[in-house]
Amino acid sequence: MKTEKEEKQEQQPITNPASVDQQVEEDNIEETSPWKDTLKQLRKNRFAIAGFVIILFFIILGVFAPLFTSYSYEEQDLVNRLQPPSSEHWFGTDDVGRDIFARIAYGARVSLQVGFFAVTGALVFGTLLGIIAGYFGRWIDTIISRIFDILLAFPSILLAIAIVAILGASLQNALIAIAIINIPIFGRLVRSKVISLREEEFIMAAKAQGMKSGRIILHHILPNSAAPIIVQATLGFGTAILDAAALGFLGLGAQPPTPEWGAMLAGSRDFIQLAPWTLIVPGISIMLVVLGFNLIGDGLRDALDPKMKN
Amino acid sequence: MLPKMPKPLLEINGLKKYFDVKGGVFGRKVGEVKAVDDVSFTVMEGEILGIVGESGCGKSTTGKSILRLIEPSDGEVKFEDQDITHLDPEEMRKLRRDMQIIFQDPYASLNPRHTVEKIVGEPLLVHGMTSSEDRKKRVKELLEVVGLSGYHASRYPHQFSGGQRQRIGIARALANNPKLIICDEPVSALDVSVQSQILNLMQELREEFHLTYVFIAHDLSVVKHISDRVGVMYLGRMVELTDKDKLYEDPKHPYTQALLSAVPTPDPDEVRERVILEGDVPSPSNPPTGCAFHTRCPRAMDICKEVRPQFEEVEDNHFVACHLYT
Repeated sequence: MKTEKEEKQEQQPITNPASVDQQVEEDNIEETSPWKDTLKQLRKNRFAIAGFVIILFFIILGVFAPLFTSYSYEEQDLVNRLQPPSSEHWFGTDDVGRDIFARIAYGARVSLQVGFFAVTGALVFGTLLGIIAGYFGRWIDTIISRIFDILLAFPSILLAIAIVAILGASLQNALIAIAIINIPIFGRLVRSKVISLREEEFIMAAKAQGMKSGRIILHHILPNSAAPIIVQATLGFGTAILDAAALGFLGLGAQPPTPEWGAMLAGSRDFIQLAPWTLIVPGISIMLVVLGFNLIGDGLRDALDPKMKN
Repeated sequence: MLPKMPKPLLEINGLKKYFDVKGGVFGRKVGEVKAVDDVSFTVMEGEILGIVGESGCGKSTTGKSILRLIEPSDGEVKFEDQDITHLDPEEMRKLRRDMQIIFQDPYASLNPRHTVEKIVGEPLLVHGMTSSEDRKKRVKELLEVVGLSGYHASRYPHQFSGGQRQRIGIARALANNPKLIICDEPVSALDVSVQSQILNLMQELREEFHLTYVFIAHDLSVVKHISDRVGVMYLGRMVELTDKDKLYEDPKHPYTQALLSAVPTPDPDEVRERVILEGDVPSPSNPPTGCAFHTRCPRAMDICKEVRPQFEEVEDNHFVACHLYT
């Protein structure tokens, strides 16, 4: 940094007469990129930080699950069925004597993976379709937009159920179904952003410089439509996990003995009177993860929205 | 100031741009807006041709149609004796290194997520300067040419003032040593004090790099300051085109006369004959028959309602489209 500043001071004064005014007053301006600004903004948001902490907690819990618990998530212990929380079983045991804490910890892996892959899939395909529709317009736009309309006409969970019914019940197929129902959400978002960007003068300028469409899309349109995509992806993470839990609850997602939180809820709903912890613990876990992602998403939305800046 | 043997760099013949108006349930075409309606003119090498007219008269559309940033509906655009309206996209793309544009709004015409280095260097990259070292050097050079400094290269557009941003836009347009620059109201978004600096810069650059400008503006004093010849547009048509001095001293077309009489003068006691136009500019989707100006023209005759006047040379180098002079 120091050498850079020294260089600046050595700059010769500009001799061009038309530029006398341009002896820049604020010569020690920090060279901040828009992304760095966003990060700074985000760090000021306490709710977003809380969201990060929650998500980080579950990530660590999932990744290092074997370090947190010596119990296995699938080993049954029929003698110790439906034990209440104790020092031995922190969150108690379920109807076949499995340690609930172990299942929650390993289940965090499942949920976060589902969220990640479903959102990534939806994001990639949705963005691609949205850009094509928005940039090229005309009949391509009509076709893609009508497909989005059709997908959005179904209640999303119903559509997911139908897709899983066709593909067969498994965690992987549930993931595919969740990705598909999220494609039009990303697609529409990107399409509308691209359409508004296409009218911007700097896009016309790029064309006037002699850039090809591919370069205009990759270097000019995509970086400028990233903000809403990032926000939607973060919020989508939460809904994807929720949808996966719903499918799991219906028996259409993860199959036993996979420690999927939704399936755990379904498996223990007969014992709600007898052993409420079997439901409360996975329920709260789902809620916390979704809450975490929503807090981050809201924080990002504020940080990325130029109008929110003071 | 003109070269001794000026030859035409740009020839526009019968340029038209009609925008479809869609309506109804099925989005059928229900009409068209004649944004540019049969405009012809020639720009000589090294000259500055000013184009003036009020908002919505088709000045900008003309400028953008010349570069095919908006596809013209009809007509011919000849750049160095080559008709460019039917070039395929790749040929057109390569030609863009010779024909550039400076936009009106310096806040909207620079990508907010790119550094100045990328903004100014990108046209170099897409036209074959692949070495980033060379580009860096050239960007620094360009920034200094337009009155900024090399160290500005690493900053983002939001860290500059309007005038500085317009300088960046000019540097970008200059990157590939173009022959022609279309200036689409380059100073109308700037403060008056900054306007003159940018205008002076543009004049210096013209001399230094032998540029040719088509200078589009709505400010008559700005155009008078910078142009060699001036064209006046009304409702998508060119109504008068001549040397700057002739136009400002001896305007022929009643519209030009009205326009010039509205220019404020520094002397408050000067008594002038003001030509006050009545009514509004008619809609370009439904322009008047005959001469488009006859609805507001103080000297309109019967023929003006029926016959569209030809754009003709009534005096040496003085083109007018008006029945008064035929």
